[in-house]
Amino acid sequence: MDFEYTEEQRLLAETLRRFLATGYTFDARAKIVASAPGYSEDVWAALAEMGVLGVPFAAEHGGFGGTTVDMLVVMEALGEALVVEPYLATVGLGGQFVARGGSAAQQARILPALIQGRAKLAFAQTERDARWDLRHVAVRARAAGDGFRLDGEKCAVLHGGCADLLVVSARTAGADTDARGISLFLVERGAPGVAVTEYRTLDGLRAADVRLSGVAVPRAALLGAEGQGLALAEEVVDYATALVCAEAVGAIKYAHDATLDHLKTRRQFGVPIGSFQALQHRMVDILISYEQARSIACLACVKVDTAEPAERRRVVSAAKLKIADAARHVSQEAVQLHGAMGMTEELKISHTFRRLTLLAQAFGDADHHLARLAACG
Amino acid sequence: MDLNYSPEESAFRDEVRAWIRAHLPDEARDKVLNYRELSKDDLLGWHRTLATQGWVAPHWPVEWGGTDWTVVQRYIFEEECGAAGAPPIVPFGVRMCAPVLLRFGTPEQKQRFLPRMYRGDDFWCQGYSEPGAGSDLASLKTRALRQGDHFVVTGQKTWTTLGHYADWIFCLVRSDPGREKRQEGISFLLIDMRSPGITVRPIALMDGGHEVNEVFFDDVQVPLENLVHEEHKGWTVAKFLLGYERMGTGNIAVCKRELARVQALAGPLLDDPRFRDRLTRVEVELMALEITNLRFLDQLRGGRPPGAEVSLLKIKGTEIQQALTELMMQAAGPRALAFRPVDATAAFDRFTASLAPRYCNVRKATIYAGSNEIQRNIIAKATLGL
Ligand SMILES: Cc1cc2nc3c(=O)[nH]c(=O)nc-3n(C[C@H](O)[C@H](O)[C@H](O)COP(=O)(O)OP(=O)(O)OC[C@H]3O[C@@H](n4cnc5c(N)ncnc54)[C@H](O)[C@@H]3O)c2cc1C
Repeated sequence: MDFEYTEEQRLLAETLRRFLATGYTFDARAKIVASAPGYSEDVWAALAEMGVLGVPFAAEHGGFGGTTVDMLVVMEALGEALVVEPYLATVGLGGQFVARGGSAAQQARILPALIQGRAKLAFAQTERDARWDLRHVAVRARAAGDGFRLDGEKCAVLHGGCADLLVVSARTAGADTDARGISLFLVERGAPGVAVTEYRTLDGLRAADVRLSGVAVPRAALLGAEGQGLALAEEVVDYATALVCAEAVGAIKYAHDATLDHLKTRRQFGVPIGSFQALQHRMVDILISYEQARSIACLACVKVDTAEPAERRRVVSAAKLKIADAARHVSQEAVQLHGAMGMTEELKISHTFRRLTLLAQAFGDADHHLARLAACG
Repeated sequence: MDLNYSPEESAFRDEVRAWIRAHLPDEARDKVLNYRELSKDDLLGWHRTLATQGWVAPHWPVEWGGTDWTVVQRYIFEEECGAAGAPPIVPFGVRMCAPVLLRFGTPEQKQRFLPRMYRGDDFWCQGYSEPGAGSDLASLKTRALRQGDHFVVTGQKTWTTLGHYADWIFCLVRSDPGREKRQEGISFLLIDMRSPGITVRPIALMDGGHEVNEVFFDDVQVPLENLVHEEHKGWTVAKFLLGYERMGTGNIAVCKRELARVQALAGPLLDDPRFRDRLTRVEVELMALEITNLRFLDQLRGGRPPGAEVSLLKIKGTEIQQALTELMMQAAGPRALAFRPVDATAAFDRFTASLAPRYCNVRKATIYAGSNEIQRNIIAKATLGL
């Protein structure tokens, strides 16, 4: 066993962190969140320039060929800085569908553009009342001419509004919750019949509801085999879930550091509030949650690359369960120990609270992963 | 022991329920049930409707407009208001400042302020906290220097809830900075918010709402007649008031309503044993708290001011409130991430989008009115003698 980062990973972390420390200050982030698109093209270009968009992709497309541990390094840094750009949606979800399930032609068309910052992707999966069940797909794709016509509605599509390409799950056969019969399609966001309603999320990102009304796509838009999309969707979502765990660890670290600092500097009753034993124990529990979260995120990022599907499912759900609990615990305690200041828009801690609240439920809340773990046996 | 309502109490409940149904405006109720911000008019409108009926301040002495309801009747009234989705009665006047005036005010002060408070002529806010004085309230620094027939007040209050609506603020100020003991040399002043030298600035909270403010005082002149109780003896008043403030934070009636709404919203999720267990635990906690609350209220009969027992109600009540907002958000699942539409004219599910902000907002409940940590300190000292 070896817990050290490689030289390359350290370098990647350093480069990214240095950029974020100057180019992505809390004030700069606030401006980006308030801007019309809700993300910064300049930041996106800088991430491309640094090679961060290409970390997990093969060298033949211009990527770095990195492992998920390389991505752990990236996600932690993005999590700590509360980055709102569509990184997870593009690199962790959309790009993964193409890299893992796409044809050579699809890969050649999309991945280099993605890595160079010219194409953004999103995954349109969730439906009303489907919660996080990947089998729950009511959107239909019916054969039409030499292609398909897509009809139905997706919701809570992370960064669906700025994506050039949507990976859409749609049913080519079976009933709404059957495991078989789900197909994956690459759909241009601007294609006729695609209506996107964009909104701000609680944590300052963007998401969208997507209505598909007779959207015509050619057969070449199919990602992977017809009707066999579920296995690929599960694999990619497990991967993205591991990334979310790493991102949460970054945000938890910020909450830990900021709260510790607050306990040392905020004075009441003539002493720093950190001198009260009642609060010392609470801070210790935050530290324990952070360390445990970090460990399980490392485990998930290592295993998601190498484990068989059954083992991958088990480890990823274990990690997400622990992360959901830690994110909730640490975010709530951080606000509480900050007192009223912790509730304000002005302080980064409240933004971290909001981010952790949504990361806790991304790709399934604690109960969802408890159930999935129970089903693993 | 009999924990059921008597026939008279049941009849009272029916009367209250029917009256509320006939008088609560739909618009205000819809705002409450959809977690939308209540305007000053929404709040005052309901206050005035209750005042006309004679029900806005049940706990006041009858000669000032109180009802002579029993503890159980008062509780029934609150429960019915909560269940119906009535706007809250803004507590700063009738529930906080009024008990102070009734206990410490001069006959002139009572005559001047209580009827206006009752009718809802003035909107009140609370000026206790300062940037440097939160849990440690006695460290407050806002100065009040006596000059002839008035005080000159300079300093800053913060986290002032609804200060942007307020006509009056009751303030703790330091009238004698020379005292060795910090609790001495504090006075309790009533200040007209339109006085020259007062500036109110909004503080944005993380749910996107505007409910708290900073209030700045720059050489504000306050007539001597606005001093409540003796000069430099404001700490006695402050402590007396805090008991009443905390008593209002348990909010069992609202919790009962919200619990029912989680059950309705959850729908098929109620078949998930994990979610059901979470909900059931909160439900049982609330069942117990309802009786604890009535037991404690029963002990307060005869007008004894509330003591450390309200700290227990505050802790449990606020924890339950928070748990309910969390379950509500959980019931919405992935759709809870929505916050605000980019294009304000687009169709948008505002109710679902209000659940996560509400979860954020209600984090305040364990911070304000004396944080739950401070309440535990109080119980440890006052009840347990530790
Ligand atoms: C939404 C909202 C509305 C409010 N409205 C009003 C209002 O209308 N008027 C008004 O005057 N004030 C108002 N307040 C202020 C409120 O009373 C204070 O926030 C509260 O007293 C805590 O003070 P603080 O925020 O400065 O936290 P601090 O006192 O700095 O406390 C920070 C943390 O340390 C803990 N702590 C402090 N001392 C101890 C101790 N001795 N032992 C253990 N733990 C301790 C606290 O519990 C908290 O977790 C409001 C606050 C909020 C959030």
